[in-house]
Amino acid sequence: MSDIPILAAEDVTKHFESRDGVGRHVTVRAVENVTLRLHRGRIAALVGESGSGKTTLARLLAQFYPVTSGRILLRGEPVTGPDRRFAGEVQLVFQDPFASLNSLRRVEHNLRRALKLHAHPAGDEHVRELLGKVNLTPEAEFARKLPHELSGGQRQRVAIARALAVRPSVLLGDEPISMLDVSIRLDVLNLLARLRDEEGLALLYITHDIASARYLSDDVFVMYAGQMVEGGPAESVIQEPKHPYTRLLVDSSPDPERAAGSSAFTAAEKLGEPPSLVDPPPGCRFHPRCPFARDECRTEFPPRTEFPDGGWTNCWLHVTRPEDTPTP
Amino acid sequence: MKVRVGIGIIAFFAVVAVVGPWLNDLMGIGPWKIDYDAISRPPGGGHLLGATSQGTDVLAQVIAGTRNSMVVGALAGVIGIVLAVVVGVTAGFFGGRIDALLSFLTNMFLVLPVLPLTLIVAGYVQDTGPVTIALIIGLFGWAPGARTLRAQTLSLRGRDFVMAMRMLGETRTRLIFVEVLPHLAGWISAMFLHLVLGAVLAEAGLAFLGISSADTVSWGTIIDQARQVALLNGMWWWFVPPGLCIALLGTATGLVNFGIDEVMNPRLRTADIKAMRKALA
Repeated sequence: MSDIPILAAEDVTKHFESRDGVGRHVTVRAVENVTLRLHRGRIAALVGESGSGKTTLARLLAQFYPVTSGRILLRGEPVTGPDRRFAGEVQLVFQDPFASLNSLRRVEHNLRRALKLHAHPAGDEHVRELLGKVNLTPEAEFARKLPHELSGGQRQRVAIARALAVRPSVLLGDEPISMLDVSIRLDVLNLLARLRDEEGLALLYITHDIASARYLSDDVFVMYAGQMVEGGPAESVIQEPKHPYTRLLVDSSPDPERAAGSSAFTAAEKLGEPPSLVDPPPGCRFHPRCPFARDECRTEFPPRTEFPDGGWTNCWLHVTRPEDTPTP
Repeated sequence: MKVRVGIGIIAFFAVVAVVGPWLNDLMGIGPWKIDYDAISRPPGGGHLLGATSQGTDVLAQVIAGTRNSMVVGALAGVIGIVLAVVVGVTAGFFGGRIDALLSFLTNMFLVLPVLPLTLIVAGYVQDTGPVTIALIIGLFGWAPGARTLRAQTLSLRGRDFVMAMRMLGETRTRLIFVEVLPHLAGWISAMFLHLVLGAVLAEAGLAFLGISSADTVSWGTIIDQARQVALLNGMWWWFVPPGLCIALLGTATGLVNFGIDEVMNPRLRTADIKAMRKALA
């Protein structure tokens, strides 16, 4: 792990301008003041519920659209736009493998184009090598196939192979397994882990599945309503969540060893919906759902508290009395 | 099967259009040859489809007219589809100001009353031969196609597979021509056939209203001439053949359109009859 992250988002904010039902101008605050650093040979998982800004953050990192404020840094240098050099370093794997491959083009078209665009040799043997790398064998047969002749898992492997064809140093996975059958998810996860170990890729793994984040990742970052609320080594974040929202997430993933109704969050779960990003609550955005909310939570966003195990959180509960960690 | 019939009919007319004059010579008939003994004669004998009130052969006129009608149809279709693709796809793919400008242009052409305008323009133009008519019809007929293609391109542009190729650093030109345009092929070919048929009908309509040059013969001009005399005298053999030709061409384009989807969509293409037979055997 080198000190300079390969790809980093520094204090980035993204607002989308839109119009509401009656045509009034509204600003959707999709991501606010988020910092995320990706290091070589490490997998960072980004977890949070739907609409928390995970995908937006990934697309900001991939330069799909410009940041409203903040910076995207590639090897410490600010990125100015999505040029070919950037494309050669950072690739994104989409959530839906049924949409991310052109239905009229054969597998080899995708891979060969990717190789050619980045001036890599693009012979049949190189296409086959890529397919071998993602365990699509027999390679020659898969190269000739059209997307509709492949299963979801096979398509996602093709999408990964296409991303790998440019020989990137960062792979951003936007819920890469959520559309796949449960039975083949593990294969794709293991493939990602192998790429980290063998190729030294820096990976961002976006998911709302805590169990897979724990299985795969080295670090876990938790987003809520566009803000980063907790981060740190995977085990510590998932085993000892500091932020009440992280605990809610962990508790809501099924665990056979936990008895039903033992969670402190049965009340919080009833509070339901995540907040509107057009008009987010002031202070900590989680306070309307948080059973431990205090006065300061309603007025001001909490500063970051660091913990000895490398984790950190933005929560008032840890700012004032760190020893007073809420226990379920 | 449907497609084959459709293609067969279109191919038949295309062949007649190409070899028509030669075919007339071969049969010893001509669109302007006047046979005074055969004036208003019903089908049969020396005149297979009968003769007109001027004594000209209906079959010879229909054969000669095929060329002009097909030329108008094909030329207007090509002009119309090229304009529709260029304007529609460009507007949809690039968006922003380019889109605003091109959409304005499209909408303007869309609300123009095409037939009266064509009449006026045709009235001003000196030579209203088939090429001129085709130009007018093509130049005024592209707007609906451009709108459809713009909408389709707009939807395709944002799809994940286009995003993914853009993420690879793919060039704009190739994004349009290799990734987006093939998905529009079905639309484009269906639209083209529609334009061709529309042009043939428009040409017939214009000729019927008297907008055509006196020395050209097309399906439309035959019907126009028949209108003046044939209906009063019950000379059905004069206007039915050219009318039937127009109707047949319309049916054929419809039949081909049914099949275009199957050709363009690889998922439908897998139902390969040979492969199925092999599997069943």
